[in-house]
Amino acid sequence: MQLWFLSVMGGVLIGLAAVLLMSALGRVAGISGIASSLVLGAKRGDRSWRWAFILGLLIAPLCLMPFVGNGGIGMPQVGWSAMAVAGLLVGFGTRLGSGCTSGHGVCGIARFSTRSLLATVVFMLFGIATVFVLRHVARGLL
Amino acid sequence: MRNVMAVLAGLLFGLGLVLGGMTQPSVVLGFLDIFGAWNPRLLFVIGGAVLTAMIGYRLVLRRAKPWLDSRFHLPDTHRIDLRLLTGAALFGIGWGVAGYCPGPALVSLSGGALSVWILVAAMVAGWWLAGQLPTGVKRR
Repeated sequence: MQLWFLSVMGGVLIGLAAVLLMSALGRVAGISGIASSLVLGAKRGDRSWRWAFILGLLIAPLCLMPFVGNGGIGMPQVGWSAMAVAGLLVGFGTRLGSGCTSGHGVCGIARFSTRSLLATVVFMLFGIATVFVLRHVARGLL
Repeated sequence: MRNVMAVLAGLLFGLGLVLGGMTQPSVVLGFLDIFGAWNPRLLFVIGGAVLTAMIGYRLVLRRAKPWLDSRFHLPDTHRIDLRLLTGAALFGIGWGVAGYCPGPALVSLSGGALSVWILVAAMVAGWWLAGQLPTGVKRR
């Protein structure tokens, strides 16, 4: 199958997941919001659906393993310390900025939120700039 | 029933991320590398996701309430402030360093690479830290 078609289908599934979560529970499918509220004291009745959603995420690659050996999960491209720094920045940044690629980039833009559109432009630009510096500037200097 | 729907949504979401290549940091970093060997694949993923959600949300949000809750929980802030911009910038830097955003990071826990657990642990620590800031935005 063509890769671009597979990618569009992947996107459509993500979109359908967001629509299902809104239609059933009335919630935005923002991963950072769903998960971080578990760390930051979501109320009692507001916790189990969050765990359930995360469980669904974790099962996904296991369902694909019979078809693709590794379940479609790629290997990390950087070392342990860079992974730790990246994780910290991603966590802190998404909570501070109230959203990530899913919450702002997909759900927010789909709701025509200016706030989300702006956040998406900012994190894309900073992501691009970071890769540029790490791959093309820093490498030349070292 | 709420939990069944949530598992299903998470599963669909995870399958979409995997099919779209978002769980391969090499693909994500290739997408962000517009000055190098640019890989446009994620444009198709994001395009498909946004269009589907746009159409679906239009249909769903027309109703008075969701199936299993008393109301739609939509973000009510419209403020564009330093908090939003700083957060997005820091997230972008972290995304560019390793190629993982929160969804793919969680999904990749099922992939066997040990350092993904380090990244997720650090991400959880980052969420907690940001939650300790004085004017912490409480979002649900």
